[in-house]
Amino acid sequence: MPTKSLAGVNIEVTEEGYMINSSDWSEDIAKEIAKEEGIELTDEHFKVLEFIRNKVANGETLTIRGINKSGVVDAKTFYKMFPGAPLKKATKIAGVAKPESCI
Amino acid sequence: MEKTEKVPLQKVMIICSKAALEDVYAALVMANGAVMEGIETKVFFTFFGLDAITKKTMNKLHTATVGNPGMRMPGGLPFPTLLGGLPGVEAGVTKMMKKEMEKLDMPPVDEFLELIDAGGGEIYACKLAADMFKLKKEDFHETVKDIITVGDLYAMCDGPGVQIIFT
Repeated sequence: MPTKSLAGVNIEVTEEGYMINSSDWSEDIAKEIAKEEGIELTDEHFKVLEFIRNKVANGETLTIRGINKSGVVDAKTFYKMFPGAPLKKATKIAGVAKPESCI
Repeated sequence: MEKTEKVPLQKVMIICSKAALEDVYAALVMANGAVMEGIETKVFFTFFGLDAITKKTMNKLHTATVGNPGMRMPGGLPFPTLLGGLPGVEAGVTKMMKKEMEKLDMPPVDEFLELIDAGGGEIYACKLAADMFKLKKEDFHETVKDIITVGDLYAMCDGPGVQIIFT
């Protein structure tokens, strides 16, 4: 597996840049990944990232519908916060595996 | 060998012409998936597909139990066509399908359209079909952007990396 230097730490990532060990994650690492994706992280972003990390830690599937119902952010804002492919970008920044959901 | 450059998919036009639950969901899942990938997405509903965006009918779609060779009994045995025609069978099968879909977090039709709309996907109704079924803009769900002609549809499909998908 390739490694990547993020915030001064060597991190194991997949070919597509998703972190292998979610426990290696820190807010500084998130900021660096986000910068590569062209996103400047705000407190609102971190609330979403926390929701995603909790969901994944509980073994739940991530969907856009689930994000919309999270109470943290609605779908429209989510698309604006992580423009392009929001679920992929958000999970990458949150240091969790690439989502396998089709919805 | 000739060198070919890969052009990523940039825009999709998905056309839905049928009203069976599974036909409509095929279109909605494809559309929502495209929006999630950051692909510019447009969905065009025509003929019976209009049921999926008509307020009165959109959340009452059924799965066909007659003329559907893919139908199976729970457990995998063939589903007799005659059984599919009995009163209440189609409703029962549809209820079961919806339950299974809900388990996978597949939203009801109106909510699905709202999610597509939230991501910047655009929903259109076919003018010819709307005229035929005597439907007006106010009969359609609020996410329906416009009633357009086939010419308008093709005009929207300009540019490189565009696909038209008919479900």
